Amino acid sequence: MSETEALESMVGGEYKYGFTTDVEYEDFPKGINEDIIREISRRKDEPEWVLEFRLEAFEKWKQMEEPDWPNVEYEKPDFENIQYYSSTKKKDGKKAESLDDVDPQILETYEKLGIPLQEQKQLQGIAVDAVFDSESIFTTFKEKLAEAGVIFCSISEAIQDHPEIVKEYLGSVVPKGDNFYAALNSAVFSDGSFVYVPEDTVCPMELSTYFRINNMQSGQFERTLIICEDNSHVSYLEGCTAPQYQENQLHAAVVELVALEDAEIKYSTIQNWYSGDEKGQGGIFNFVTKRGHCRGDNSKISWTQVETGSAITWKYPSVIMQGDNSVGEFYSVAVTNQRQQADTGTKMIHVGKNTKSTIISKGISAGESNNSYRGLVKISPRADGAQNYSVCDSMLIGQTCGAHTFPYIESANPTAKVEHEASTSRVGEEQIFYLQQRGMDEDDAISLIVNGFAKEVLQELPMEFAVEADKLLGIKLEGSVG
Amino acid sequence: MLEIKDLHVCVEEDPSEKILKGVNLTINEGEIHAIMGPNGSGKSTLSKVVAGHEAYEVTQGDILYNGESILDLEADERAHLGIFLAFQYPVEVPGVTNKNLLRQAYNTIAEEQGREELDPLQFEDHAREQLKLVDMKEEFLERSVNAGFSGGEKKRNEIFQMAVLQPKLSFLDETDSGLDIDALKIVANGINELSGEDNAVVLVTHYQRILDYVQPDHVHVMIDGKIAKSGDKDLAIKLEEQGYDWLTDTVSVNGEQQ
Repeated sequence: MSETEALESMVGGEYKYGFTTDVEYEDFPKGINEDIIREISRRKDEPEWVLEFRLEAFEKWKQMEEPDWPNVEYEKPDFENIQYYSSTKKKDGKKAESLDDVDPQILETYEKLGIPLQEQKQLQGIAVDAVFDSESIFTTFKEKLAEAGVIFCSISEAIQDHPEIVKEYLGSVVPKGDNFYAALNSAVFSDGSFVYVPEDTVCPMELSTYFRINNMQSGQFERTLIICEDNSHVSYLEGCTAPQYQENQLHAAVVELVALEDAEIKYSTIQNWYSGDEKGQGGIFNFVTKRGHCRGDNSKISWTQVETGSAITWKYPSVIMQGDNSVGEFYSVAVTNQRQQADTGTKMIHVGKNTKSTIISKGISAGESNNSYRGLVKISPRADGAQNYSVCDSMLIGQTCGAHTFPYIESANPTAKVEHEASTSRVGEEQIFYLQQRGMDEDDAISLIVNGFAKEVLQELPMEFAVEADKLLGIKLEGSVG
Repeated sequence: MLEIKDLHVCVEEDPSEKILKGVNLTINEGEIHAIMGPNGSGKSTLSKVVAGHEAYEVTQGDILYNGESILDLEADERAHLGIFLAFQYPVEVPGVTNKNLLRQAYNTIAEEQGREELDPLQFEDHAREQLKLVDMKEEFLERSVNAGFSGGEKKRNEIFQMAVLQPKLSFLDETDSGLDIDALKIVANGINELSGEDNAVVLVTHYQRILDYVQPDHVHVMIDGKIAKSGDKDLAIKLEEQGYDWLTDTVSVNGEQQ
């Protein structure tokens, strides 16, 4: 086997989360129309204003066209053939109050995924919200967080228990008609996480949501909302996996972050949705709108993402820096292999004075995949002294993959400073031979090269998850060497 | 230690391109050899083939290391036996520090050889000790492997790696090229310090210059894929004075080549 082939087979390490959990679902019709949306809202027992939000979004969505500007090719989803709500059957039809009420099969699923929910096994120092298909199954450490005044629960619960906060902020960063998939999400969103950190509070533990798509028929339309009041701080991480199915599944999420004065939100993602097989069959369509709003002065929002999964990824975690001296950051590692396609990057919108943004993007392409970075840096006329620094590096493994960079810079303020650097490199036989000559086998050599390449991003992850991300890159890269 | 027997090698992707055409060479413990020869004569290829580069295919002959053929071994397995190659063009590995690379390398090799592995602190001590040999500062350990290094630093880094890994048989592929006189002396001094009774060093070089500082026991001249002549260091001096032409003539008169 040539080294190139060996490389490719390694990057194609087997997907370890492709199993299916055999649970019973409540019946829910496929397709999308006003009745479906009313039914989702009814089953979730939502107040009228949420239903209105959904219906208005649906009206907008119907007027919109699916965008075709991303550098990806796919067969457009048949929106009438998707099940927009998927709930497992429960004993008394209610969300589990304690773990005893949670389907043991689902508990087992999370344990297999390395996220045990049982109290004695819970990850220390990390509160977890477990979302299975359309619903939040359980949230750990809720009471402990409540003592600090931090609200961490599913968005459905937040709508019931804290409607005044949700009403104020829902759709305030990503408006319901923002784009095609954001509008669809706003119409049919199912569950997701809600975080509220009150003034002068440092959230005492890492918060984490683990998203699992299990149902073959359903899409996942999660909605996450994080609000950090003045002078508070939170670090949040999401992880995602899905079973291996022949059919594509749609995942269209919306994440909104709001940071008020002197507040800081750190949002990390380890995305490992099923990415389809070597022929490009199956896998998740990951069409996501993520946006943060630095509303207050001196606030900071930082996105870190490790993207390894999905058949198609289409997302641009962005920051609007409205407050003076606010800071936006985007650190990304995107790995594509086989027939995966990713068009990902960020938008940094400088509105306030002396706002500062940093973009570090590392794309790794292998197999026949296509990996694009697309980023916008926009400086508004009143953003005096705004600064941006961008680095976009691409690494190619093998001869049949593609890497592309689409940087857009719009500056309307002459005092702004924008720097952009880009590079493309290839993991070469010489690099591997060099490390092998120093005693490392091929697996270790490639792992070392890739981890070195992505280091600036990996070191931004919260400590607790850095190991997980390292392992994930390892899994993605491990395999049989000829 | 190393016995190269009638070695024929071609490029794997293009078997018609024959590079080595019957090399014979024996290297014993405690010896320093120099292999000289004009561009394209196969010197670099010989070192890479011994180290196990996959771009070349051995079509005939054998390479014995301590009496056993190593042709079926991967490059990393050969490294575990104590074979080291200082690269003519050392490769950059951004984001990986010299220290991390070398500790992983050291411990992998130590494990394979049944020697004790070093924990991070022990390794740091060991590595710092070796830095003196090539006159490098401690921050050298924390820099990414060869990334942003000057040509001279890269070459010194190869000797430093050799010092850290303590190989038994080292091929130094044009480690002296592109060095100014001070760097050359440092590199030569490192080689002298590292060569001892139970290891062997092979200098692959264009120039007689380094041989002013490192005394070879044997000098070989490679021409067109073969060792055309072997001798002691006087041979190197003769080459410096007269070039390779007189050897090329000999070879063609014998009718073996060209």
